[in-house]
Amino acid sequence: MTSPLEQKKIKIAGPSVVTANRTWDGIVVYRTAANGWSAELSEAAIVRNSDEAKALLAESVADDVGAIGPYIAPVRIGEDGKVQPGNLREQIRRTGVTIGSPVQV
Amino acid sequence: MYAYDEIDRTLVNERVSEFRDQVKRRLSGELTEDEFKILRLQNGVYLQLHAYMFRVAIPYGTLASNQLRALAHVARKYDRGYGHFTTRQNIQFNWIKLAELPDALADLAEVGIHAMQTSGNNMRNVTSDQWTGVAPGEIEDPRIWSELIRQHTTLHPEFSFLPRKFKIAITASDHDRAAIKIHDIGLKLIKNEKGETGFEVLVGGGLGRTPFIGKTIKHFVHGRDILSYIEAILRVYNQYGRRDNIYKARIKILVHELGIEKFSREVEDEWQHIRNSSLQIDDEVIEDIRSRFTYPAYEKLPHMPDELRQAAADPGFEAWRKNSVAPHKVQGYSIVTVSLKPIGAPPGDATAEQMDALADLADKYSFGEIRVGHEQNLALPHVAKRDLPALWKALNRLGLATPNVNLITDIIACPGLDYCSLANARSIPIAQELTRRFSNHELANLIGRLHINISGCINACGHHHVGHIGILGVEKNGEEVYQITIGGRADESAALGNLIGPGVKFDEVADVIEDVVEAYLALRERPEELFIDTVKRLGVEPFKERVYATR
Ligand code: HEM
Ligand code: SF4
Repeated sequence: MTSPLEQKKIKIAGPSVVTANRTWDGIVVYRTAANGWSAELSEAAIVRNSDEAKALLAESVADDVGAIGPYIAPVRIGEDGKVQPGNLREQIRRTGVTIGSPVQV
Repeated sequence: MYAYDEIDRTLVNERVSEFRDQVKRRLSGELTEDEFKILRLQNGVYLQLHAYMFRVAIPYGTLASNQLRALAHVARKYDRGYGHFTTRQNIQFNWIKLAELPDALADLAEVGIHAMQTSGNNMRNVTSDQWTGVAPGEIEDPRIWSELIRQHTTLHPEFSFLPRKFKIAITASDHDRAAIKIHDIGLKLIKNEKGETGFEVLVGGGLGRTPFIGKTIKHFVHGRDILSYIEAILRVYNQYGRRDNIYKARIKILVHELGIEKFSREVEDEWQHIRNSSLQIDDEVIEDIRSRFTYPAYEKLPHMPDELRQAAADPGFEAWRKNSVAPHKVQGYSIVTVSLKPIGAPPGDATAEQMDALADLADKYSFGEIRVGHEQNLALPHVAKRDLPALWKALNRLGLATPNVNLITDIIACPGLDYCSLANARSIPIAQELTRRFSNHELANLIGRLHINISGCINACGHHHVGHIGILGVEKNGEEVYQITIGGRADESAALGNLIGPGVKFDEVADVIEDVVEAYLALRERPEELFIDTVKRLGVEPFKERVYATR
């Protein structure tokens, strides 16, 4: 996993969000525009340049009790305005394992 | 089985309450993640893509039925109803909540299970041949020695802050089921000319980014000297090991850079200083440990009971028996491998129901004991042959009797990009697709012994380097690409596989493996020539031609 510090150098190539895992239970969360975390990607704050990204990341890192391991992740925004994960890893984090669970959840 | 003493129980319980306090302070913000991370790792807690992952040690792969039930309970109560058995005789739970972890640890502590030595730069859980104590032809039960090493190294300060993690594996059989040549230290229990028990010691094996096969550093170390010898190795490692560079920090790199001769001279020097110290092991210590291992009261049973003779008429039973049932050192008994590789399912996963039911079957048919092997299967180590047909029926009902042990669908795979935060590509769906392609039992049987190993990144948790066929997932321009090697093996003739050519895409992997297997079937001299032997005889070239000619 890339540490937030290393990401400070990273320029973002397109719309991005900050994602992390919620501290108490580990689920995937996204940083919202209201300085909180949400399990819904649709509620994530979207950043479009590296200054915004850096600011959102800094704020996220500071909220260490809320979520751990925050980093910037790419998203795609569809024509309908819907936000989708920008790569396979983030797709899997959002929708879960691609393999079916051995037991019905 | 091994009965832990009071010291161990106290230690485990103390660790649980300590961790409970640490979690509380973490959740209140008193501890930052930076401060907490090392503490959680010391208790087997990682962060994966979707959640925390909790890794529990199964020392030398031996479980009592009540311990397996406790694992089932953790899966059911704190996770999503299943667990994943790994190549290092651990079980991992993928969906644990941090807030509930102390409770899970406490529940496990009641049956003497813990998560110490499952992560961090320390001495890891010592792994053994999963058939120790029951395989015919063993020098003696190597778990006595594993336990000695475990006691000596658990929480030992000198072994808790090593340059990098450190893994020891041990076997007492000529056929190496513990993959000792790919461990930092591999120990093979042997006897010298005088009939004394000791070890051939190997060092510097490992996979990952820079794979090496371990080399013999000493042909015979007397049993009484084994702790001082291991300590000497660790001291040399502690002194020279590269703490500055995580990629160079494993002992394999040091052995490679110094050369085995120089490395062994350094160890020898160090050893002479400490050899006659308190590290020398008294016979009483060994006897005390030996006395804590209990063995079943075996009956005197016929070699070929009627039940077995009758069941032989059932082709389903015979197919299973031929590859799941192995000889036992006691006449009338067998070792039964329980396949955790059903067609189309993730390798190594077991549901809570399966674990509970298997615990019951172990009580009924295997003196309450279960083993965990590095191939991600389980075993029942003491099954009376007359019970095999009944056991088979019961396992079959549970989906635990797929007749594929050691066949092409008995795939080793790491969690890959479906779970792991370090992954570049998925492993499990590749395994699932391959098991479907080769689901026909006659075909799998015709192919014979063939190990496929899959890792989702270069860390090589799926041992891809030493798979007869190895599949490594990498990422290229945002896409999953797989590199395929052939000719690796993890046993006493351990070798690293060779790349057959450029990487292939996710959707093409199963086709390519089919091509490799078809090439083998056409090239083998006779049906008994195993895939690995054909590759050894002919090299990579003919396989490469077959795969890439049309691509
Ligand atoms: C999903 C969480 C996991 C993480 C984060 C993880 C991480 C790692 C890392 C970083 C290494 C390389 C260490 C080095 O070379 O110094 C490694 C090696 C290894 N892991 Fe994992 N692993 C995970 C799961 C597993 C699983 C599920 C298995 C068993 C199926 C496993 C078995 C191994 C083995 C056998 C090695 C040995 C390679 C060697 O020692 O040279 N790991 N792991
Ligand atoms: S090999 Fe890589 S992807 Fe697979 S479990 Fe290990 S670290 Fe994760």
